[in-house]
Amino acid sequence: MEQTIIIKRFLDELGDMSRFSGRFFSEWFKPRYEIAEFFKQCYVIGYKSLPLIGLTGFIMGLVLTMQLRPSMVDYGVESQLPAIVGIAIVREIGPVITALIFAGKIGSSIGAELGSMKVTEQIDAMEVSGTNPYKYLVVSRVLATTFMLPVLAILSDGISLYGSYLGVNIKGETSALLFWTQVSNSLEFYDVLPAFIKTYFFGFAVGMIGCYKGYNSSKGTEGVGHSANSAVVISSVTIFILDLLAVQITDLLGFN
Amino acid sequence: MKTTSITQLTEIPETIMSISNLYKSFGSNNVLINFNLDLLKGKNTVVLGKSGSGKSVLIKCIIGLLKPDSGSIIVYNENIVNLHGAKLDKIRAKVGFLFQSNALYDSMTVKENIEFPLRRHWLKVTQLEVSKMVEEALEDVGLSHTINMMPAELSGGMRKRIALARTLILKPEIILYDEPTTGLDPITGKEIINLMIDIKNKYNTSALIISHDMNCVRWAGDRIIILLEGKCYAMGTYEELKNSQNQKIKQFFD
Repeated sequence: MEQTIIIKRFLDELGDMSRFSGRFFSEWFKPRYEIAEFFKQCYVIGYKSLPLIGLTGFIMGLVLTMQLRPSMVDYGVESQLPAIVGIAIVREIGPVITALIFAGKIGSSIGAELGSMKVTEQIDAMEVSGTNPYKYLVVSRVLATTFMLPVLAILSDGISLYGSYLGVNIKGETSALLFWTQVSNSLEFYDVLPAFIKTYFFGFAVGMIGCYKGYNSSKGTEGVGHSANSAVVISSVTIFILDLLAVQITDLLGFN
Repeated sequence: MKTTSITQLTEIPETIMSISNLYKSFGSNNVLINFNLDLLKGKNTVVLGKSGSGKSVLIKCIIGLLKPDSGSIIVYNENIVNLHGAKLDKIRAKVGFLFQSNALYDSMTVKENIEFPLRRHWLKVTQLEVSKMVEEALEDVGLSHTINMMPAELSGGMRKRIALARTLILKPEIILYDEPTTGLDPITGKEIINLMIDIKNKYNTSALIISHDMNCVRWAGDRIIILLEGKCYAMGTYEELKNSQNQKIKQFFD
């Protein structure tokens, strides 16, 4: 009986979220365009996330290289370290870790901000002031997360590879030219493209889930905390599910 | 004889908003049942009722945030119930709404908060005019010095005044107040009541005030309506209702 209720609640939530997301596609191209709000959100979501994304990317590249080195030495393929790390970062680790950090920072912030606006009637006040709050708050934020995450993922990949370059040189000596040549030679166009495309979907999911959770927040301040928390949890799980689908699709298309 | 009759007619305040046979329910909970109300021009009408009696539901139906199940709300010869999008926004530009929680935008300064409705309603005003209107609205509520402050830096009473300034920026003819003195200390509450009276006298506005604060009911209301069991149970002046022998009315004044 309890399981039936949980399944019903899950399906209800899924239906509500689908309707909420569907509204995005019917509204984003219609005027009035919230261009100023979109650029403001790009600045807040993209530019202000850069230090955190950059730092985690740098550490990720450095640590991955240092962890891989002993095994590579054991197998006598130490010289292939830049190539292996490059493929791992660009194809998988860079986009996914960036998206997860992004979900933690931006998903929770959107969920809490919109949740707080909901419980303090600010969303109603916008509607009364002649504003479509869905377009002003949701469309602008979802577009900003969708376009900013790919940019952040590319920057994170670059910073990670720089961290990896430093990692390679901790116990060895590899010139920058050799390192970057090895990395670029190991990467094919079909390594980069699917990894880049999937970050758009990750960005859309983080923005949409954060907005959905915040926009439908209830139960006062407790509800705001719950919105922020569930936005991060659901976004993170969704990123892994989308990643799984992306791998399957690229495999079917013969990109692997 | 004919002239006298015309004089008498002009003395009857004009109805600026008319609510007829309004029904609103949430599931099996009937909140408003055949509710009727006429808002008179230049008068403050207070809707008095217990918590959970449907006062806020009523005011949200009037501003179009909730759709009633049936009935009509006629404002400026338009039935708000049937309006959507731009047509509804056009009416909303003429009706001010003061939220119970003030609903100030936390991420904006006081100035940005106040000019927000001006910019969003597509009114053709220059930047200079906007600044002048914001200053005037802030002067009306006595808080000109807060123009560049953030809402978080203001006290509860100041936030209420800023919310009122935002309501006044569009020079509405009708103002809806949702529990304007709730959560304020008695002195600040009295200041807000005086402000509401001053606004009515200065701009000849018509107001619908939702409240259960008896000070607000007594001083701000020209006419009082008691909302009970989803209906307009009684109507009259403060003195008339206070002197009523009906037990259901007396409970509000004891």
